[in-house]
Amino acid sequence: MLSTPMFANGGRMKEYHHSGSTECRFSPYAYNGGTVLAVAGEDFAIVASDTRLSEGYSIHSRDSPKCYKLTDTTVLGCSGFHGDCLTLTKIIDARLKMYKHSNNKSMTSGAIAAMLSTILYGRRFFPYYVYNIIGGLDEEGRGAVYSFDPVGSYQRDSYKAGGSASAMLQPLLDNQIGFKNMENVQHLPLTLEKAMQLVKDVFISAAERDVYTGDALKLCIITKEGIKEEMVPLRKD
Amino acid sequence: MYDFGDARSAGKTSGNALELYVPVLDYLSQSPINFGQIASNTLPSHPPLFQSPTPLSPSCLPVSIPLLSSSIPPSPSVPLPFPLSHGTTTLAFFQHGVIVAVDSRATAGSYIASQTVKKVIEINPYLLGTMAGGAADCSFWERLLARQCRVYELRNKERISVAAASKLLANMVYQYKGMGLSMGTMVCGWDKRGPGLYYVDSEGNRVGGDLFAVGSGSMYAYGVVDSGLRPELSVEEACELGRRAIYQATYRDAYSGGVVNLYRVHSQGWERVSQDDVLQLHQQYKAEAGCL
Repeated sequence: MLSTPMFANGGRMKEYHHSGSTECRFSPYAYNGGTVLAVAGEDFAIVASDTRLSEGYSIHSRDSPKCYKLTDTTVLGCSGFHGDCLTLTKIIDARLKMYKHSNNKSMTSGAIAAMLSTILYGRRFFPYYVYNIIGGLDEEGRGAVYSFDPVGSYQRDSYKAGGSASAMLQPLLDNQIGFKNMENVQHLPLTLEKAMQLVKDVFISAAERDVYTGDALKLCIITKEGIKEEMVPLRKD
Repeated sequence: MYDFGDARSAGKTSGNALELYVPVLDYLSQSPINFGQIASNTLPSHPPLFQSPTPLSPSCLPVSIPLLSSSIPPSPSVPLPFPLSHGTTTLAFFQHGVIVAVDSRATAGSYIASQTVKKVIEINPYLLGTMAGGAADCSFWERLLARQCRVYELRNKERISVAAASKLLANMVYQYKGMGLSMGTMVCGWDKRGPGLYYVDSEGNRVGGDLFAVGSGSMYAYGVVDSGLRPELSVEEACELGRRAIYQATYRDAYSGGVVNLYRVHSQGWERVSQDDVLQLHQQYKAEAGCL
Protein backbone atom coordinates (compact mmCIF):
# COMPACT_ATOMS: atom_id res chain seq x y z
CA MET A 1 0.00 0.00 0.00
CA LEU A 2 2.85 2.33 0.73
CA SER A 3 3.97 3.29 -2.72
CA THR A 4 7.40 4.82 -2.38
CA PRO A 5 7.63 6.68 -5.70
CA MET A 6 4.50 8.57 -4.74
CA PHE A 7 6.35 10.30 -1.94
CA ALA A 8 9.51 11.21 -3.75
CA ASN A 9 8.23 14.76 -4.15
CA GLY A 10 8.59 15.55 -0.49
CA GLY A 11 5.28 14.03 0.49
CA ARG A 12 3.02 15.54 -2.09
CA MET A 13 1.67 13.40 -4.92
CA LYS A 14 3.44 13.08 -8.22
CA GLU A 15 1.46 12.94 -11.43
CA TYR A 16 -0.95 10.02 -11.81
CA HIS A 17 0.57 8.40 -14.89
CA HIS A 18 4.26 8.71 -14.34
CA SER A 19 6.24 8.03 -17.49
CA GLY A 20 9.97 7.59 -17.42
CA SER A 21 12.17 6.00 -14.80
CA THR A 22 11.18 5.88 -11.17
CA GLU A 23 13.73 6.00 -8.40
CA CYS A 24 12.67 3.87 -5.49
CA ARG A 25 14.15 5.03 -2.26
CA PHE A 26 12.81 4.47 1.18
CA SER A 27 11.77 7.64 2.95
CA PRO A 28 11.20 7.53 6.67
CA TYR A 29 8.50 10.19 6.32
CA ALA A 30 4.94 10.06 4.99
CA TYR A 31 2.52 12.91 4.60
CA ASN A 32 -0.88 12.48 6.20
CA GLY A 33 -2.34 15.90 5.57
CA GLY A 34 -4.68 17.79 7.83
CA THR A 35 -5.04 21.40 8.85
CA VAL A 36 -4.82 22.97 12.29
CA LEU A 37 -5.85 26.43 13.40
CA ALA A 38 -5.59 28.33 16.66
CA VAL A 39 -7.02 31.72 17.65
CA ALA A 40 -6.44 33.60 20.90
CA GLY A 41 -8.89 36.10 22.34
CA GLU A 42 -8.93 38.24 25.44
CA ASP A 43 -9.93 35.42 27.78
CA PHE A 44 -10.30 32.40 25.52
CA ALA A 45 -8.44 30.36 22.96
CA ILE A 46 -9.77 28.12 20.20
CA VAL A 47 -7.84 25.23 18.69
CA ALA A 48 -9.49 23.60 15.68
CA SER A 49 -8.50 20.83 13.32
CA ASP A 50 -10.10 18.77 10.61
CA THR A 51 -10.40 15.03 11.17
CA ARG A 52 -9.28 13.56 7.86
CA LEU A 53 -6.24 11.29 7.78
CA SER A 54 -5.01 10.76 4.24
CA GLU A 55 -2.01 9.30 2.45
CA GLY A 56 -1.46 9.89 -1.21
CA TYR A 57 -4.78 9.42 -2.99
CA SER A 58 -6.40 7.49 -0.13
CA ILE A 59 -8.20 8.43 3.04
CA HIS A 60 -7.22 6.28 5.98
CA SER A 61 -9.76 7.68 8.38
CA ARG A 62 -12.48 10.30 8.57
CA ASP A 63 -12.33 10.47 12.35
CA SER A 64 -8.77 11.27 13.29
CA PRO A 65 -8.73 14.65 15.02
CA LYS A 66 -5.47 16.46 15.38
CA CYS A 67 -6.14 18.31 18.64
CA TYR A 68 -4.59 16.80 21.76
CA LYS A 69 -5.51 18.00 25.22
CA LEU A 70 -2.35 18.56 27.26
CA THR A 71 -3.57 20.27 30.43
CA ASP A 72 -6.80 21.94 31.54
CA THR A 73 -5.67 25.15 29.91
CA THR A 74 -3.66 23.97 26.90
CA VAL A 75 -4.42 22.09 23.69
CA LEU A 76 -1.88 21.06 21.07
CA GLY A 77 -2.74 20.74 17.41
CA CYS A 78 -0.32 18.79 15.25
CA SER A 79 -0.45 17.90 11.56
CA GLY A 80 2.02 16.43 9.13
CA PHE A 81 3.26 12.90 9.54
CA HIS A 82 0.84 11.04 11.81
CA GLY A 83 3.48 8.67 13.15
CA ASP A 84 5.58 11.55 14.42
CA CYS A 85 2.45 13.30 15.80
CA LEU A 86 1.63 10.23 17.91
CA THR A 87 5.17 9.83 19.25
CA LEU A 88 5.55 13.50 19.94
CA THR A 89 2.31 13.69 21.91
CA LYS A 90 3.33 10.63 23.92
CA ILE A 91 6.64 12.25 24.77
CA ILE A 92 4.97 15.53 25.72
CA ASP A 93 2.48 13.73 27.95
CA ALA A 94 5.31 11.92 29.70
CA ARG A 95 7.27 15.14 30.22
CA LEU A 96 4.15 16.87 31.57
CA LYS A 97 3.67 14.10 34.09
CA MET A 98 7.32 14.28 35.14
CA TYR A 99 7.07 18.04 35.61
CA LYS A 100 3.90 17.61 37.67
CA HIS A 101 5.55 15.07 39.90
CA SER A 102 8.72 17.10 40.44
CA ASN A 103 7.19 20.55 40.74
CA ASN A 104 3.73 19.78 42.12
CA LYS A 105 1.96 21.97 39.60
CA SER A 106 0.83 21.79 35.96
CA MET A 107 2.95 23.29 33.26
CA THR A 108 1.85 26.69 31.97
CA SER A 109 1.29 27.26 28.24
CA GLY A 110 4.48 29.26 27.88
CA ALA A 111 6.50 26.57 29.60
CA ILE A 112 4.99 23.84 27.42
CA ALA A 113 5.88 25.88 24.34
CA ALA A 114 9.48 26.32 25.43
CA MET A 115 9.74 22.62 26.26
CA LEU A 116 8.27 21.58 22.91
CA SER A 117 10.83 23.78 21.17
CA THR A 118 13.71 21.93 22.81
CA ILE A 119 12.12 18.52 22.22
CA LEU A 120 11.82 19.33 18.52
CA TYR A 121 15.35 20.71 18.30
CA GLY A 122 16.72 17.60 19.97
CA ARG A 123 15.92 15.91 16.70
CA ARG A 124 17.45 18.63 14.56
CA PHE A 125 19.16 16.12 12.30
CA PHE A 126 16.20 13.78 11.86
CA PRO A 127 13.27 16.03 12.55
CA TYR A 128 9.75 15.27 13.63
CA TYR A 129 7.73 16.04 10.50
CA VAL A 130 5.03 17.80 12.48
CA TYR A 131 3.61 21.30 12.31
CA ASN A 132 2.58 22.19 15.83
CA ILE A 133 0.34 24.91 17.18
CA ILE A 134 -0.36 25.26 20.88
CA GLY A 135 -3.44 27.14 22.05
CA GLY A 136 -4.26 27.94 25.63
CA LEU A 137 -4.50 30.46 28.43
CA ASP A 138 -1.44 32.08 29.90
CA GLU A 139 -0.90 32.69 33.62
CA GLU A 140 -2.94 35.89 33.49
CA GLY A 141 -5.88 34.14 31.86
CA ARG A 142 -5.39 35.72 28.44
CA GLY A 143 -5.53 33.63 25.29
CA ALA A 144 -2.17 32.52 23.90
CA VAL A 145 -1.20 30.80 20.66
CA TYR A 146 2.30 29.45 20.01
CA SER A 147 3.25 28.26 16.54
CA PHE A 148 6.22 26.07 15.67
CA ASP A 149 8.20 24.92 12.70
CA PRO A 150 9.28 21.27 12.49
CA VAL A 151 12.63 21.90 14.19
CA GLY A 152 11.45 24.00 17.09
CA SER A 153 11.52 27.65 16.07
CA TYR A 154 8.53 29.21 17.82
CA GLN A 155 6.84 32.43 18.71
CA ARG A 156 3.69 33.64 20.37
CA ASP A 157 0.94 34.83 18.03
CA SER A 158 -2.71 35.77 18.34
CA TYR A 159 -3.76 33.48 15.48
CA LYS A 160 -2.08 30.91 13.27
CA ALA A 161 -2.97 28.26 10.71
CA GLY A 162 -0.76 25.23 10.11
CA GLY A 163 -0.85 22.13 7.96
CA SER A 164 -1.91 21.49 4.39
CA ALA A 165 -4.35 24.39 3.94
CA SER A 166 -2.34 26.86 6.03
CA ALA A 167 -1.32 29.00 3.06
CA MET A 168 -5.00 29.40 2.17
CA LEU A 169 -6.25 30.14 5.68
CA GLN A 170 -3.51 32.38 7.04
CA PRO A 171 -4.15 35.33 4.67
CA LEU A 172 -7.86 35.19 5.51
CA LEU A 173 -7.10 35.28 9.22
CA ASP A 174 -4.62 38.13 8.68
CA ASN A 175 -7.40 40.11 7.11
CA GLN A 176 -10.29 39.26 9.44
CA ILE A 177 -8.53 39.06 12.80
CA GLY A 178 -5.42 41.16 12.16
CA PHE A 179 -7.23 43.77 10.02
CA LYS A 180 -4.31 43.70 7.63
CA ASN A 181 -4.50 45.30 4.20
CA MET A 182 -7.64 47.18 5.10
CA GLU A 183 -8.01 50.89 5.64
CA ASN A 184 -10.54 52.89 7.65
CA VAL A 185 -11.71 49.85 9.58
CA GLN A 186 -12.55 49.85 13.26
CA HIS A 187 -10.36 47.39 15.16
CA LEU A 188 -12.93 45.60 17.29
CA PRO A 189 -11.70 43.08 19.84
CA LEU A 190 -12.49 39.47 18.92
CA THR A 191 -15.44 37.92 20.77
CA LEU A 192 -15.80 34.17 21.32
CA GLU A 193 -18.91 33.93 19.11
CA LYS A 194 -17.28 35.78 16.23
CA ALA A 195 -14.13 33.71 16.55
CA MET A 196 -16.09 30.43 16.47
CA GLN A 197 -18.08 31.48 13.44
CA LEU A 198 -14.92 32.60 11.68
CA VAL A 199 -13.14 29.31 12.37
CA LYS A 200 -16.10 27.31 11.02
CA ASP A 201 -16.35 29.45 7.89
CA VAL A 202 -12.65 29.30 7.28
CA PHE A 203 -12.53 25.50 7.48
CA ILE A 204 -15.53 25.18 5.18
CA SER A 205 -13.57 27.23 2.64
CA ALA A 206 -10.47 25.14 3.13
CA ALA A 207 -12.42 21.91 2.58
CA GLU A 208 -13.65 23.30 -0.74
CA ARG A 209 -10.19 23.82 -2.13
CA ASP A 210 -7.76 21.51 -0.35
CA VAL A 211 -7.99 17.78 -0.93
CA TYR A 212 -6.38 16.88 2.38
CA THR A 213 -8.88 18.89 4.46
CA GLY A 214 -12.46 17.78 5.07
CA ASP A 215 -14.78 15.22 6.69
CA ALA A 216 -15.32 16.98 10.01
CA LEU A 217 -14.04 19.85 12.08
CA LYS A 218 -13.22 19.51 15.74
CA LEU A 219 -13.13 22.69 17.81
CA CYS A 220 -11.64 22.87 21.31
CA ILE A 221 -12.68 26.03 23.11
CA ILE A 222 -10.49 26.85 26.10
CA THR A 223 -11.79 29.24 28.72
CA LYS A 224 -11.21 29.51 32.43
CA GLU A 225 -14.19 27.20 32.90
CA GLY A 226 -12.36 24.43 31.08
CA ILE A 227 -12.18 22.92 27.63
CA LYS A 228 -15.35 22.45 25.53
CA GLU A 229 -15.37 20.37 22.38
CA GLU A 230 -17.56 20.73 19.33
CA MET A 231 -17.77 18.71 16.10
CA VAL A 232 -18.96 20.27 12.86
CA PRO A 233 -19.38 18.23 9.66
CA LEU A 234 -17.43 19.25 6.56
CA ARG A 235 -17.39 18.07 2.96
CA LYS A 236 -16.58 14.39 2.67
CA ASP A 237 -15.38 14.43 -0.94
CA MET B 1 18.84 33.90 2.83
CA TYR B 2 22.07 33.15 4.58
CA ASP B 3 23.88 30.93 2.13
CA PHE B 4 26.32 28.29 3.23
CA GLY B 5 26.78 26.12 0.18
CA ASP B 6 27.41 22.45 0.69
CA ALA B 7 30.36 22.44 3.04
CA ARG B 8 31.07 18.90 4.20
CA SER B 9 34.23 18.38 6.15
CA ALA B 10 35.80 15.00 5.65
CA GLY B 11 37.61 14.59 8.94
CA LYS B 12 36.35 13.79 12.38
CA THR B 13 34.49 16.41 14.29
CA SER B 14 36.72 17.91 16.92
CA GLY B 15 36.72 16.51 20.42
CA ASN B 16 34.48 17.10 23.32
CA ALA B 17 34.79 20.79 24.05
CA LEU B 18 31.10 20.77 24.83
CA GLU B 19 31.72 18.53 27.80
CA LEU B 20 33.74 21.25 29.50
CA TYR B 21 30.64 23.37 29.69
CA VAL B 22 28.03 20.67 30.03
CA PRO B 23 29.71 18.01 32.15
CA VAL B 24 27.13 15.26 32.47
CA LEU B 25 26.35 14.35 28.91
CA ASP B 26 28.10 11.19 27.83
CA TYR B 27 25.37 10.19 25.46
CA LEU B 28 26.79 12.86 23.17
CA SER B 29 29.53 10.47 22.09
CA GLN B 30 27.16 7.73 20.92
CA SER B 31 26.45 7.53 17.22
CA PRO B 32 23.11 8.71 15.88
CA ILE B 33 20.85 6.61 13.67
CA ASN B 34 22.18 6.05 10.16
CA PHE B 35 18.84 6.45 8.54
CA GLY B 36 18.48 7.54 4.94
CA GLN B 37 21.60 9.69 5.08
CA ILE B 38 23.32 10.76 1.91
CA ALA B 39 26.86 9.85 3.06
CA SER B 40 27.84 6.97 0.78
CA ASN B 41 30.77 5.35 2.57
CA THR B 42 29.47 4.88 6.05
CA LEU B 43 32.03 3.31 8.35
CA PRO B 44 31.19 -0.31 9.19
CA SER B 45 32.57 -0.05 12.70
CA HIS B 46 29.61 1.89 14.02
CA PRO B 47 26.38 -0.09 13.91
CA PRO B 48 23.48 2.31 13.91
CA LEU B 49 22.20 2.60 17.42
CA PHE B 50 18.59 3.54 17.67
CA GLN B 51 18.48 5.40 20.89
CA SER B 52 16.72 8.47 22.06
CA PRO B 53 16.66 8.60 25.84
CA THR B 54 17.18 12.35 25.54
CA PRO B 55 13.62 13.62 25.53
CA LEU B 56 12.62 11.44 28.46
CA SER B 57 15.73 11.47 30.59
CA PRO B 58 15.00 13.37 33.78
CA SER B 59 18.59 14.47 33.96
CA CYS B 60 19.57 17.73 35.57
CA LEU B 61 19.86 19.13 32.04
CA PRO B 62 16.38 19.89 30.76
CA VAL B 63 17.69 20.70 27.31
CA SER B 64 17.85 17.94 24.71
CA ILE B 65 20.91 18.79 22.63
CA PRO B 66 21.10 17.11 19.22
CA LEU B 67 23.36 14.07 19.16
CA LEU B 68 26.86 14.46 17.76
CA SER B 69 28.42 11.87 15.54
CA SER B 70 31.87 11.61 16.99
CA SER B 71 33.66 9.61 14.33
CA ILE B 72 31.37 9.21 11.36
CA PRO B 73 32.09 11.89 8.75
CA PRO B 74 29.53 14.55 9.50
CA SER B 75 26.85 14.48 6.84
CA PRO B 76 23.71 16.53 6.42
CA SER B 77 20.56 15.28 8.06
CA VAL B 78 17.94 13.02 6.48
CA PRO B 79 16.65 14.56 3.24
CA LEU B 80 13.79 16.66 4.45
CA PRO B 81 10.45 16.81 2.69
CA PHE B 82 9.80 20.34 3.99
CA PRO B 83 11.65 23.67 4.00
CA LEU B 84 12.81 25.34 7.21
CA SER B 85 12.48 28.98 8.20
CA HIS B 86 15.28 31.18 6.76
CA GLY B 87 15.92 34.60 5.29
CA THR B 88 16.61 37.95 6.87
CA THR B 89 18.56 41.18 7.09
CA THR B 90 20.39 42.08 10.29
CA LEU B 91 22.81 44.90 10.88
CA ALA B 92 25.05 46.16 13.67
CA PHE B 93 27.63 48.92 13.84
CA PHE B 94 29.59 50.98 16.34
CA GLN B 95 28.18 54.41 16.93
CA HIS B 96 27.50 55.70 20.44
CA GLY B 97 27.80 52.12 21.59
CA VAL B 98 26.41 49.51 19.24
CA ILE B 99 23.37 50.15 17.03
CA VAL B 100 21.53 46.93 16.14
CA ALA B 101 18.81 46.89 13.48
CA VAL B 102 16.91 43.84 12.21
CA ASP B 103 13.87 42.99 10.10
CA SER B 104 11.18 40.53 11.23
CA ARG B 105 10.29 38.18 8.40
CA ALA B 106 10.61 34.38 8.51
CA THR B 107 10.16 32.34 5.35
CA ALA B 108 9.71 28.62 4.77
CA GLY B 109 10.52 28.15 1.09
CA SER B 110 8.50 30.85 -0.61
CA TYR B 111 5.81 30.99 2.08
CA ILE B 112 6.08 33.80 4.60
CA ALA B 113 5.77 31.98 7.89
CA SER B 114 5.71 35.10 10.02
CA GLN B 115 6.11 38.87 9.80
CA THR B 116 6.57 39.37 13.52
CA VAL B 117 9.65 37.39 14.44
CA LYS B 118 11.95 38.74 17.13
CA LYS B 119 15.39 38.46 15.61
CA VAL B 120 17.23 40.15 18.44
CA ILE B 121 17.71 37.80 21.36
CA GLU B 122 18.30 39.42 24.71
CA ILE B 123 21.03 37.26 26.20
CA ASN B 124 21.34 39.36 29.35
CA PRO B 125 20.91 43.06 30.18
CA TYR B 126 24.11 44.08 28.40
CA LEU B 127 24.44 41.46 25.62
CA LEU B 128 22.34 41.04 22.49
CA GLY B 129 22.44 38.37 19.82
CA THR B 130 20.97 38.70 16.33
CA MET B 131 19.41 35.91 14.30
CA ALA B 132 20.06 35.16 10.64
CA GLY B 133 19.76 31.86 8.81
CA GLY B 134 17.78 29.00 10.28
CA ALA B 135 15.32 30.33 12.85
CA ALA B 136 15.36 27.27 15.08
CA ASP B 137 19.18 27.02 14.99
CA CYS B 138 19.66 30.65 15.98
CA SER B 139 17.10 30.75 18.76
CA PHE B 140 18.20 27.41 20.23
CA TRP B 141 21.94 28.10 20.30
CA GLU B 142 21.56 31.65 21.53
CA ARG B 143 19.27 30.52 24.29
CA LEU B 144 21.92 27.99 25.23
CA LEU B 145 24.49 30.78 25.10
CA ALA B 146 22.39 32.82 27.52
CA ARG B 147 22.49 29.89 29.91
CA GLN B 148 26.26 29.53 29.55
CA CYS B 149 26.76 33.26 30.17
CA ARG B 150 24.74 33.01 33.35
CA VAL B 151 26.78 30.01 34.51
CA TYR B 152 29.97 32.00 33.81
CA GLU B 153 28.66 34.87 35.92
CA LEU B 154 27.88 32.56 38.80
CA ARG B 155 31.24 30.81 38.64
CA ASN B 156 33.44 33.87 38.18
CA LYS B 157 31.41 36.53 40.01
CA GLU B 158 31.78 38.94 37.13
CA ARG B 159 30.06 39.60 33.85
CA ILE B 160 31.20 37.73 30.79
CA SER B 161 33.00 39.74 28.11
CA VAL B 162 31.61 40.01 24.59
CA ALA B 163 34.69 38.25 23.23
CA ALA B 164 34.23 35.32 25.60
CA ALA B 165 30.49 35.02 24.95
CA SER B 166 31.03 34.98 21.19
CA LYS B 167 33.80 32.42 21.61
CA LEU B 168 31.48 30.16 23.63
CA LEU B 169 28.91 30.29 20.87
CA ALA B 170 31.47 29.72 18.13
CA ASN B 171 32.91 26.68 19.90
CA MET B 172 29.45 25.21 20.53
CA VAL B 173 28.43 25.29 16.88
CA TYR B 174 31.84 24.25 15.57
CA GLN B 175 31.10 20.75 16.88
CA TYR B 176 28.31 20.56 14.33
CA LYS B 177 30.24 21.93 11.39
CA GLY B 178 29.24 20.25 8.16
CA MET B 179 26.01 18.85 9.56
CA GLY B 180 23.78 21.46 8.05
CA LEU B 181 23.28 24.06 10.76
CA SER B 182 22.58 27.47 9.32
CA MET B 183 23.28 30.35 11.65
CA GLY B 184 24.82 33.76 11.11
CA THR B 185 24.72 35.81 14.26
CA MET B 186 26.22 38.94 15.71
CA VAL B 187 27.01 39.11 19.41
CA CYS B 188 26.79 42.74 20.48
CA GLY B 189 27.43 44.12 23.91
CA TRP B 190 29.26 46.40 26.23
CA ASP B 191 31.95 45.13 28.59
CA LYS B 192 34.90 46.61 30.46
CA ARG B 193 36.76 47.10 27.15
CA GLY B 194 33.91 49.21 25.80
CA PRO B 195 31.50 48.26 23.00
CA GLY B 196 31.99 44.83 21.46
CA LEU B 197 30.73 43.36 18.21
CA TYR B 198 31.53 39.87 16.92
CA TYR B 199 30.17 37.98 13.94
CA VAL B 200 29.80 34.24 14.54
CA ASP B 201 28.47 31.69 12.06
CA SER B 202 27.90 27.98 11.78
CA GLU B 203 30.82 27.62 9.35
CA GLY B 204 33.14 28.37 12.24
CA ASN B 205 33.87 32.02 11.51
CA ARG B 206 34.27 34.32 14.47
CA VAL B 207 35.48 37.79 13.67
CA GLY B 208 35.34 41.08 15.54
CA GLY B 209 34.66 44.34 13.81
CA ASP B 210 32.80 47.60 13.90
CA LEU B 211 30.23 47.03 11.17
CA PHE B 212 28.47 43.86 10.04
CA ALA B 213 25.37 43.09 8.01
CA VAL B 214 24.17 39.50 7.80
CA GLY B 215 21.50 37.76 5.79
CA SER B 216 19.97 37.64 2.35
CA GLY B 217 19.46 41.42 2.34
CA SER B 218 22.88 42.26 3.78
CA MET B 219 24.32 43.66 0.56
CA TYR B 220 21.57 46.24 0.31
CA ALA B 221 22.05 47.23 3.93
CA TYR B 222 25.83 47.56 3.50
CA GLY B 223 25.30 49.99 0.63
CA VAL B 224 23.20 52.31 2.72
CA VAL B 225 25.31 52.17 5.88
CA ASP B 226 28.67 52.49 4.12
CA SER B 227 27.56 55.60 2.32
CA GLY B 228 25.99 57.23 5.36
CA LEU B 229 28.38 56.35 8.17
CA ARG B 230 30.44 59.26 9.53
CA PRO B 231 32.23 59.63 12.85
CA GLU B 232 30.26 62.72 13.92
CA LEU B 233 26.73 61.24 13.74
CA SER B 234 24.41 61.90 16.67
CA VAL B 235 22.48 59.09 18.36
CA GLU B 236 19.26 59.86 16.45
CA GLU B 237 21.08 60.09 13.13
CA ALA B 238 22.85 56.79 13.74
CA CYS B 239 19.55 55.09 14.63
CA GLU B 240 17.93 56.57 11.54
CA LEU B 241 20.80 55.25 9.42
CA GLY B 242 20.29 51.74 10.76
CA ARG B 243 16.55 51.98 10.21
CA ARG B 244 16.96 53.25 6.67
CA ALA B 245 19.45 50.51 5.84
CA ILE B 246 17.07 47.76 6.91
CA TYR B 247 14.17 49.44 5.15
CA GLN B 248 16.10 49.59 1.89
CA ALA B 249 17.03 45.93 2.27
CA THR B 250 13.38 44.94 2.83
CA TYR B 251 12.46 46.98 -0.25
CA ARG B 252 14.72 44.99 -2.55
CA ASP B 253 15.04 41.60 -0.86
CA ALA B 254 11.99 39.36 -1.07
CA TYR B 255 13.02 37.40 2.00
CA SER B 256 13.19 40.43 4.30
CA GLY B 257 10.28 42.51 5.52
CA GLY B 258 7.81 43.05 8.31
CA VAL B 259 8.93 45.59 10.87
CA VAL B 260 12.31 47.16 11.63
CA ASN B 261 13.41 46.58 15.23
CA LEU B 262 16.12 48.90 16.48
CA TYR B 263 18.21 48.42 19.63
CA ARG B 264 21.14 50.32 21.08
CA VAL B 265 23.76 48.95 23.48
CA HIS B 266 25.51 51.54 25.65
CA SER B 267 27.49 51.48 28.85
CA GLN B 268 24.43 50.86 31.03
CA GLY B 269 23.20 47.98 28.89
CA TRP B 270 20.87 47.64 25.92
CA GLU B 271 17.67 49.56 25.21
CA ARG B 272 14.95 49.06 22.63
CA VAL B 273 14.85 52.20 20.53
CA SER B 274 11.98 51.65 18.10
CA GLN B 275 9.81 49.30 16.09
CA ASP B 276 8.57 50.59 12.73
CA ASP B 277 6.38 48.87 10.19
CA VAL B 278 8.12 48.88 6.82
CA LEU B 279 4.96 50.01 5.08
CA GLN B 280 4.77 53.11 7.25
CA LEU B 281 8.46 53.84 6.72
CA HIS B 282 7.81 53.61 3.00
CA GLN B 283 5.08 56.28 3.18
CA GLN B 284 7.29 58.43 5.38
CA TYR B 285 10.34 58.31 3.12
CA LYS B 286 8.23 58.82 0.03
CA ALA B 287 6.69 61.91 1.57
CA GLU B 288 10.14 63.21 2.54
CA ALA B 289 11.48 62.62 -0.95
CA GLY B 290 8.42 64.31 -2.43
CA CYS B 291 8.99 67.41 -0.28
CA LEU B 292 12.60 67.87 -1.40
